[in-house]
Amino acid sequence: MKVTVKLFASFRTGRFDIEAVDYPVGTTVADVADGLKLPRTELGIMMINNRHVKLERVLVEGDTLALFPLLGGG
Amino acid sequence: MDKIARIDMGAAGGPKVTVGDLGEYAGLGGRAMTSLVVAAEVHPLAHPLGAENKLVISPGMLSGTTGSMTGRLSVGCKSPLTGTIKESNAGGQAAQVLARLGYAAVILEGKPVGDDLYKIIINKDGIQVIVDNSLKLMDNYPLVEKLRGEYGDKVAYMTIGSAGERKLLAASIACTDPELRPTRHCGRGGVGAVMGAKRVKAIIIDDAGMKMRPPKDPEKYRDANRKFVEGLRKHPVTGEGLPAYGTNVLTNVLNEAGGYPTYNFKDGQFPGSAKLSGEAQAQLEIDRGGTATHGCHRGCVIQCSGIYNDKDGHYLTKQPEYETVWSHGGHCGIDDLDTVAMLDFLDDNIGVDTIEMGVTIGVAMDAGVIEFGDKAGAIRLVEEVQQGTPLGRILGSGAAITGKVFGVERVPVVKDQALPAYDPRAVQGIGVTYATTTQGADHTAGYAIATNILKVGGDVDPLKTEGQIELSRNLQIATAAIDSTGMCLFIAFAIMDQPETFQALLDMLGSFHGITMTGDDVVALGKKVLSAERDFNTRAGFTKHHDRLPRFFYNEPVAPHNQTFMMKDEELDEVFNW
Ligand code: SF4
Repeated sequence: MKVTVKLFASFRTGRFDIEAVDYPVGTTVADVADGLKLPRTELGIMMINNRHVKLERVLVEGDTLALFPLLGGG
Repeated sequence: MDKIARIDMGAAGGPKVTVGDLGEYAGLGGRAMTSLVVAAEVHPLAHPLGAENKLVISPGMLSGTTGSMTGRLSVGCKSPLTGTIKESNAGGQAAQVLARLGYAAVILEGKPVGDDLYKIIINKDGIQVIVDNSLKLMDNYPLVEKLRGEYGDKVAYMTIGSAGERKLLAASIACTDPELRPTRHCGRGGVGAVMGAKRVKAIIIDDAGMKMRPPKDPEKYRDANRKFVEGLRKHPVTGEGLPAYGTNVLTNVLNEAGGYPTYNFKDGQFPGSAKLSGEAQAQLEIDRGGTATHGCHRGCVIQCSGIYNDKDGHYLTKQPEYETVWSHGGHCGIDDLDTVAMLDFLDDNIGVDTIEMGVTIGVAMDAGVIEFGDKAGAIRLVEEVQQGTPLGRILGSGAAITGKVFGVERVPVVKDQALPAYDPRAVQGIGVTYATTTQGADHTAGYAIATNILKVGGDVDPLKTEGQIELSRNLQIATAAIDSTGMCLFIAFAIMDQPETFQALLDMLGSFHGITMTGDDVVALGKKVLSAERDFNTRAGFTKHHDRLPRFFYNEPVAPHNQTFMMKDEELDEVFNW
């Protein structure tokens, strides 16, 4: 299944900004993060289709997954 | 900080300075000082630009010490923009320097008759108030340049630009950064107009011959500060994210979360957001020989700011903050960082709040004054403010006034102060803060974004109403306390997640004053400040019916979540019920 993965801030370094990726059915957010070698401790904000999700969330065809490190501002 | 200076600008025979001891205000600093003084001494029905209003300037409780992050300066008064009590704080060098001179507060009172313009010089020998009409209608950059010729580079400057002198409701008070740039502004609520009404153009603060404020227990203080700094360096937000990308890293986050107000709150996502993002901004700053990491005052270890050069590599402005990039960017349909940076420079120079000014331009766009996305038009509108044309005076008086003048229904304000860069329909928690804070719409007053969106300090669903009241209440209490310490609010990211860093902060406060500080003491301080502010607002005529968002947030769902603001009125009325 096709999923769009977006990376932000320091996660882009050595990886990509946005990419359409093919994943097997049943892939979770954790699988994607592990596949991209994003350390679990650095994962901050995870969103699928503009909504926050947790690591164990299963992706479906056409999802857009956005991964950010822990960030702040204001 | 054992004295208070009162400067009666309206005294017969010219301004009169009285320096006294702290009395009932002993131990206070920052927002606690400004709000308690205003609540006790300013008539709640005073005209904000009249002689009865006071402008209270106060360094934080730990400012002027060796403690890191302690450089916030609070300015308080009755706000000409909102009619409520107001505390607006800024970084820059002023707080440290003023604190070392021993002043817990400098209070501008009264109002001179006549047209003379004054500057105030504060140094180890005392306070002088001098007429200087050569400064009339100067804007902040040339003004500071001129003053530097006279007073040099080893001082801090607090100034108002032409907007403050014209008493425009969006007028700010600028504080200089370590390199003497007038870039750190007490922005919100029109505090610059109050300074202008008192005919004070510049305050020059010189701490030559003064020492760091000594803690009661120096060893413990040093130790606590070391742990505090370690904690800030260790936390990913204060140790990595903010230094590398600044606050504008939030553009992508809020856009992704569907909470990025676009085209004057008509949409929750902006197609041009990537071009405005903190990632793009930091790269551009580095490519052009500026820097993406810069502290607004000496002693800041987070260094969320930066230097933005133009395409020829010349300094244009400091790194525009997230709210500034949003208000002039997506809110106005503008997707160009150079335009935003130019607007940021103009705002700083004229001396207007970047949030109020940007939101106002977007409201004017909604009215058809210019088109959304019109970059040159946006710059032209701000230049009208600088020139003081009738249109410029309207725009410089903020979003509420501009909306009324141009017949706009969708005007994003609470208590006539413009909403910042987070749509309350997609982030319900921040809507609670906007609606209920004593200050008029203000994100910093209770930054629910942290828990709703960033997942720092907890996890509350931004699209649901559950937990939002309690969250906003706790954040508003904590913020009122932090705003009193002189600490930059961004320390909150680390102290919310790391108990040992919060303990280090408590130990800094305790060892400095030779007492033991607990979390309960901090909560008590926050509540005391908020209670005084609420009481002032009540006496000024504000009721629970003012603690609401504009109706369009309840009536118009916004994409992509297609939600409205769902908090019930009765729930909002519970925020201060502790
Ligand atoms: S973190 Fe940013 S706003 Fe806070 S003191 Fe440092 S430079 Fe100033």
